Amino acid sequence: MIRFATFRLLSLTLSLIAASIVVFAVIEIIPGDTASYMLGLNATPEAVEALRNQLGLSGSIPERYIAWAGGLLTGDFGQSYTYRVPVSELILDRIWISIPLTLYALILSTVIAFPVGLISAARRGKLSDYSIMGATQLGIAIPNFWFAMLLVLIFAVNLHWFSAGGFPGWAGGFWPATKALTLPAIALALPQASILARVMRSSLLETLTQDYIRSARAKGLTRGQALRRHALRNAMIPVLTIIGMQFSFLLAGAIIIENVFFIPGLGKLIFQGITQRDLIVVESTVMLLVFAVILVTFIVDVAYAAVDPRLRTRK
Amino acid sequence: MKWPVQLKLGAFITVFFIAIIALSFFWTPHDVTILNIPEKLQPSSSKYLLGSDHLGRDILSMLMVGGRTSIAVALIAVSIGVIIGVPLGLLAAATRGSLIDEITMRSNDLIFAFPSLVIAILITAVYGPSASNAIIAIGIFNIPVFARVSRGAALSLWTLDYVLAARTFGKKSMRISIEHILPNIINLLIVQGTIQFSLGILAEAGLSYIGLGVQPPTPSWGRMLADAQTFIYSSPRLAFLPGMAIVMMVLGLNLMGDGLRDLLDPRIRRGR
Amino acid sequence: MIDIRNLTLSIHGTDILHDVSLQIPQGQIFGLVGESGSGKSMTALALMQLLPQGGKTSGQVMVDETDVSTLGEADMCALRGNEIGMIFQEPMTALNPVKNIGDQVAETLLIHGQAKKSEAHTKARAMLDRVGLPADRFPLTRYPHELSGGQRQRVCIAMAIALRPKLLIADEPTTALDVTTQAQILDLLQELVREENMSLLLITHDLAVVAGMADHVAVMQNGVIVEQGQTEHLFRHMTHPYTRQLFEASSHQPDRDSDSKDAPILEVINAVREYKAPRTKLFHTAPPIRAVNDVSFTLKSGESLGLVGESGCGKSTLTRAILGLDPVQSGEIKLFGHAVGPDLPIKQRAAIQVVFQDPYGSFNPRWKVSRLVAEPFHMIDALPTDWREKVADALVSVGMHADDMDKYIHEFSGGQRQRIAIARALILRPEIIVLDEAVSALDVSIRAQILDLLAYLQKRMGLAYLFISHDLTVVRAITDRVLVMQAGKIVEQGETEQVFDHPKHPYTKQLLDAAPQIPSDWQEKKHA
Repeated sequence: MIRFATFRLLSLTLSLIAASIVVFAVIEIIPGDTASYMLGLNATPEAVEALRNQLGLSGSIPERYIAWAGGLLTGDFGQSYTYRVPVSELILDRIWISIPLTLYALILSTVIAFPVGLISAARRGKLSDYSIMGATQLGIAIPNFWFAMLLVLIFAVNLHWFSAGGFPGWAGGFWPATKALTLPAIALALPQASILARVMRSSLLETLTQDYIRSARAKGLTRGQALRRHALRNAMIPVLTIIGMQFSFLLAGAIIIENVFFIPGLGKLIFQGITQRDLIVVESTVMLLVFAVILVTFIVDVAYAAVDPRLRTRK
Repeated sequence: MKWPVQLKLGAFITVFFIAIIALSFFWTPHDVTILNIPEKLQPSSSKYLLGSDHLGRDILSMLMVGGRTSIAVALIAVSIGVIIGVPLGLLAAATRGSLIDEITMRSNDLIFAFPSLVIAILITAVYGPSASNAIIAIGIFNIPVFARVSRGAALSLWTLDYVLAARTFGKKSMRISIEHILPNIINLLIVQGTIQFSLGILAEAGLSYIGLGVQPPTPSWGRMLADAQTFIYSSPRLAFLPGMAIVMMVLGLNLMGDGLRDLLDPRIRRGR
Repeated sequence: MIDIRNLTLSIHGTDILHDVSLQIPQGQIFGLVGESGSGKSMTALALMQLLPQGGKTSGQVMVDETDVSTLGEADMCALRGNEIGMIFQEPMTALNPVKNIGDQVAETLLIHGQAKKSEAHTKARAMLDRVGLPADRFPLTRYPHELSGGQRQRVCIAMAIALRPKLLIADEPTTALDVTTQAQILDLLQELVREENMSLLLITHDLAVVAGMADHVAVMQNGVIVEQGQTEHLFRHMTHPYTRQLFEASSHQPDRDSDSKDAPILEVINAVREYKAPRTKLFHTAPPIRAVNDVSFTLKSGESLGLVGESGCGKSTLTRAILGLDPVQSGEIKLFGHAVGPDLPIKQRAAIQVVFQDPYGSFNPRWKVSRLVAEPFHMIDALPTDWREKVADALVSVGMHADDMDKYIHEFSGGQRQRIAIARALILRPEIIVLDEAVSALDVSIRAQILDLLAYLQKRMGLAYLFISHDLTVVRAITDRVLVMQAGKIVEQGETEQVFDHPKHPYTKQLLDAAPQIPSDWQEKKHA
């Protein structure tokens, strides 16, 4: 188990290095000079030169990469050109909105999908199964940002249960903040829950045809007991994969949905960075998102080993 | 073979939408390039079947023309995924365990760490927003999807005796991949292609909505939604209609994909 | 006492069982024999009331005084595992991979409320000891993937008999196992029946297994029991033609006279083939595994040579090396004096062709038979203009029709597919055919036909066979000489009769002793 985790940790590190090279390379290949690109056409040569120095654009490419990557490691993300503050500060302010929103949606999605998938599998071929499958089919087809607009229309504009947008900040207490994130989280979670419920159902049904379920039934377990005691844990293996992938979809989705609800998260920061050509902000924020996705993949991999003893002895 | 119900329904919806969108190349009720501010935000009428938008353009015409963008982006993105991903997957399977396999699969994992949106953000930051951004961003993300599906399916075929037999006849991996492997995974690729196509439509809508995709004045469903957001209190219809178009198109494709899977996958058929 | 009376079963309207009646007295072994699709497994599942959906039964299934076919699902659950236990064919998949063996055995006790949580594991420990899995090597915390097939089948048995049921149903319990492991499992089952006064319903396709085990035997064909009786009596007096046919097929001796010449056409000289061992520690490479260790033999023109060994002995690796798929690390394999390996020109390799085990995986399902059979033409310069005639000839020579070439492979049965596989092997008129477990997946009667075909083709075309199999009976029937392989080495070789009648190496003796046999004095009457 320790060997397994070590191995995974090693590959996590390698993935991070590879990803940082990709991000760095994409920003590097900007046609022309990065500094003059950032400043636009009207910049004076002095300003460009100043920015070049500030960006550390003077050294060779490997030097610049090492300086940038080293900075990331020590928490020094560079200085935002437009805000004139350290990027780490900007990110720290916003990450505590985007990540909780993503996790909130992930929890909602899982909490909804599990029972729904389970019921559907247990009642396979019955009316409730067909209705659930029909509903999930619809859920997958709904774009989350559009669903968010509909939610605002119904729950904020018509029913006044929630505010239509904005975020009070965590300083104002846990509940008001959570409440403000609830509609966005639902909008993100429902389409993903539909996918997850379908995967859960088909994985369970597949597992139920396995020989060991027949063995369990021959021992005297009822259909339900066999499902709970034997099928569930085995069926979790593909479900875990999907949950891991959903994190990255939800994180991307959160960035889009922050727009609908006027939430000042990472999404806002990135788009401002793009419109203001503040590449340092874009570069660092993207790297942070990629880091989060890779980290979650690592956690899912380790969770596999917890579920499946076969993985603990193999590499 | 009998067509499953969801295949019939899905194919009907998809064909219906594609037909209407294709019609827009020859005819639309109104010209979408002409603004008619005095007749903005009209309710549905005999002149504007689905009403008009904030610039007085006919919504139905906008939907027809906008659908072209969605389909084109999604289709090209899927093609990128298939054309690059499938050969990579086949190559990885043919050289399983080798360095090539390892490199291919690890780079796939790496791309998976960059959701389409992140790729789009990076490209936009460098080159500025455009429709080709959306295509490249979604297309790149499709590559590992098709590579994985092909590799997984091909690996199980490589263990079969007919592949072993072909090797004893002196056939090279490349030839075996084309003659024996590809024809037997094509069903799986068709199903995956339908799914990725529908995901592509959703992704394009998302990117255009936040301004990283198609740029004005080209209409697209995602952009119509972005425009509609300002008028969501006064004219919710503006937000409702393009959203419904996306939902129906994606639903049709997904139903078709599911139906095709049932029809083409012998494993499931035997299970019944 | 188990008493099945007039059991009839249909699934979605298709008749599966018809009027099946049998009695299993307490403490006895009842053998149920039949080929695949005969309905023998369905009889067992009807007894357990675990039939697939859409199954409709009539008749009575009495377990003591209870008719289980009238019981509700809740009562059946109380009965299963308690009064009747069951084990299945595939031990590799019969255990839950994510639960340890202790929990899986204890579950039988817990689910029936027969033990408290604290005692369940003590009792599970006792059960595992009982089936020959001692605590020092097999602690309760072992997971199924850490055990071999035979050990897993023992765990299944422990699970099934944990509550000392009246009846144990064993559905092909040893079919997936090697012959020595099979003998051990059969011994264990026999011992349990004797000591626990349990009844055993032993379902198998193998007449020799029931001959050595069962008190009573029933022979099943197409859902009907065609004959049943006390074992020895039944074997001595087979009254039904199907029983006789089955019996003859299982000990079938094809009519062959081998015409081997002294010219060696395939020579294997000190061949060694190693594999990289899976890594056990992060920075430590284990020494490689020698799958083929210093193997030498020759195959002469027109000869039929057997290669026997249990799974993992290296015979598949050796086969791959002979077919030129993998190189040998040291030593040589020579085909007509040329070294075989990935570098041998394909044209020269055309003299050696192969037939594989699995009739379902041997063909590309998207090709027509004509293209499938013609595929070996890839080995020679160009597709001959009369290739269709050649395919037709090959098909006819294996007993198929020339018209079959325009069909797809899914239109044929397992036996027919194996004929087509032979046609494909014949199309280039090779000198040698490697038969890699080529009849192992077939039912006995089909197997007998294929063996006849092979004998006929050998006589007609002067072919040399390298016959690789785990099945001693088949090897004895079809080969002139035999090689016995164990752990990568050939431990014994010689004339087939000589090796089988007077084995020299202890491993050969062990293999022969383990192979179940119908007592010879029961058979003599039949041959007379």
